[in-house]
Amino acid sequence: MSNKKVVENKDFVSVKNGDWLRSKFTLVITALIPIAILIGMIYWFATKGASLIETPVVPVEKLDFERIILHPEEIIAYVRNTGPTEIAIAQVTVNEALWEASIHPNNVIPRLGRATITIPFHWVEGEPYEITAITSTGLKFTDAVEIAKETPTPGWRYFGIFAMLGVYVGVIPVYLGFLWFPFLRRVSKKWMNFFLSLTAGLLIFLGVDALHEAFEVAERTPGVFQGVALITMGTLLSFLVLVIVGKRTIGSQAAQKSDLYMRLALAYMIAAGIGLHNLGEGLAIGSAYVLGEVALGAFLVIGFAIHNITEGFGIVAPVASGEKPRNIHFLILGLLAGVPAIFGTWIGGFIYSDIWATLFFAIGAGAIFQVVYEIIKLMSRESEAGIGNLTNFTGLVVGLLIMYITGLFVVI
Amino acid sequence: MNKSPLSRRNFLNIGMGIIGGSALLSGKSLAQKHKKGVILNPGMGHQNGTTMHNSAKQSVSYKDGEMNPMKYLTTFDYGKVRRLPNGGIQREYTIIAQDKEIEVAPGVIYPAWTYNGYVPGPTLRCTEGDRLKINFINAAHMAHTIHFHGIHPANMDGVFEIVPTGGSFTYEFTADPFGLFLYHCHVMPVKKHVEKGLYGAFIVDSRTPRPPAKELIMVINGFDTDFDGENEFYTVNGFANCYAENPINIKVGELVRIYLVNMTEFDFVNSFHLHGNMFRLYRTGTNLSEYEITDTVMLCQGERCVIEFSYKYPGMYMFHAHQNEFAELGWMGFFNVLPAVS
Repeated sequence: MSNKKVVENKDFVSVKNGDWLRSKFTLVITALIPIAILIGMIYWFATKGASLIETPVVPVEKLDFERIILHPEEIIAYVRNTGPTEIAIAQVTVNEALWEASIHPNNVIPRLGRATITIPFHWVEGEPYEITAITSTGLKFTDAVEIAKETPTPGWRYFGIFAMLGVYVGVIPVYLGFLWFPFLRRVSKKWMNFFLSLTAGLLIFLGVDALHEAFEVAERTPGVFQGVALITMGTLLSFLVLVIVGKRTIGSQAAQKSDLYMRLALAYMIAAGIGLHNLGEGLAIGSAYVLGEVALGAFLVIGFAIHNITEGFGIVAPVASGEKPRNIHFLILGLLAGVPAIFGTWIGGFIYSDIWATLFFAIGAGAIFQVVYEIIKLMSRESEAGIGNLTNFTGLVVGLLIMYITGLFVVI
Repeated sequence: MNKSPLSRRNFLNIGMGIIGGSALLSGKSLAQKHKKGVILNPGMGHQNGTTMHNSAKQSVSYKDGEMNPMKYLTTFDYGKVRRLPNGGIQREYTIIAQDKEIEVAPGVIYPAWTYNGYVPGPTLRCTEGDRLKINFINAAHMAHTIHFHGIHPANMDGVFEIVPTGGSFTYEFTADPFGLFLYHCHVMPVKKHVEKGLYGAFIVDSRTPRPPAKELIMVINGFDTDFDGENEFYTVNGFANCYAENPINIKVGELVRIYLVNMTEFDFVNSFHLHGNMFRLYRTGTNLSEYEITDTVMLCQGERCVIEFSYKYPGMYMFHAHQNEFAELGWMGFFNVLPAVS
């Protein structure tokens, strides 16, 4: 130990170019040695070592149906090989009848590779269809269309329908919520804190809801894409990124910034978080529409309107006390929170993928939790007790309850 | 299908080559030529005049020397014949149980247990009163037997005399009575041993022969390729849609006799329906004079019958299970009735 120390000291003392290079070289070598050994091991396993480990007799094949779309006289299924081995699709059946199918680019699908199965079929609207791919080893992989309905192609008509859905579900409720602003400006400081806690309650509910959705969708994603890991990354990263953004805007330099600036920044962050959440909601609505699962269209829109009006309330709550921001800010805040719902319905309707949906919901959840954190910080600054006093506690509970009860109106 | 053990992948390639007109072997180049990639079962399902015609014309070529549905259809094993001192006839057969991966539908490989390397096993044929000697060798990894239907002593019944791996047993009995029978493994669980392919047809002809005819053997069965207790494919003679891809040629007025055996597992009944015609139905084939005239016959598991018919008009006629689900999962075929040569 002491000996080594001496050597180090000596190095430190006689810093010559050669020595410096040598020590850097040693540093790099020590970092590379494990990697080199790993590469050697992989090479050995890939060439001869594999025989050490017995492979199962029957390969565990896995094929995931990512999407089935219906066009006139045609059923198209997008599949992905999520198993450990290459797969060859040998036969395709529709409702348990062998059928012609063309598979692009090839019926032999490498690991994680994709293929498109096109089946000429005179399907009937409203009836269920079961598509099965049988592999060369005789295993069956099946997915079903519950209610056959022509899949919307990205055309102006559906573009418009989806945009309308997004406006009704995302934009209008948020602006409606803004109408509480004059009311909020007139309440006392104590009640203002009550409503801020209420906002925190609303947001906590939204965040948990987004996480729940994320896990639900993640369950449907193929195992290899590690849905839960995606959620962890999405949530944590969006949370941390917003923490940094928060620090830069309303954090350390808070002292130099005006009160309005800080409150407005918080409102913007809430709007952004809610926007991400609404993007996820849009995805769910769009894809449900395509899958023919939105039977109660009007009821759904009403439900979301009631549910999301609270979002608008949450956004304007932080800016209600103090100096009134310019009107343009309200316009932008509303767009920031509501418009993503429109994009969500487009994405969900036209290019839905469970993997992206998982990620969007997770990012939304992280963003919302960060906003909750900011609100609680703001409240702690304003009142000693923060969330801990009875009024604020009640506000939080009422917020949660409002979301729960209005959530009963939203059934997809 | 091949003597040397093959890997699944190789086997697949061979099978695909046989069926798809090498569509799969050259899958990549095909994909480059056509935007649609690889096409499975062209014309199947959505039948209209043209695709039907095409699929009927499409021919499947099988390798020489190997058992296949086309060959199986008219192959009867009469055994090695020897005249006995008492004037009788002895027929000696050899049946080897072996594990084998077989192709049951284009591109689909099934790990079967077989008699003589094919499912169904060989069609044994003899005449009533013949002395039969069946040398059974078990080269499979499980214990097996052969249980014959018909009249014979208890110790020749293939139930108690289990033949272990590497073992052998000789079944000896007199063919009695005449009719259409079957044989199958009777080691428990019997369901599993039958499901995996250990069965075949056993014809005992009457001393008074039936009228001359074009004779065909059809063993109808199913394959549970994913082992979930349900059949994925239904076939005649072991390969889905083989006679739909390769219609059976017959002539107008020609007498056709089919020995029909139902060895379908899991599903209680299977059936045979003939288009554009009626047939004479001899149940179990144990009578030469009593028959009924029908166009559809229902067979329980293990039931069989002899049917006879001839066609009045030329053309393409379908035959299939009247359980349409079975038909569309491979139990379908065509008779291509050619004009009689005048």
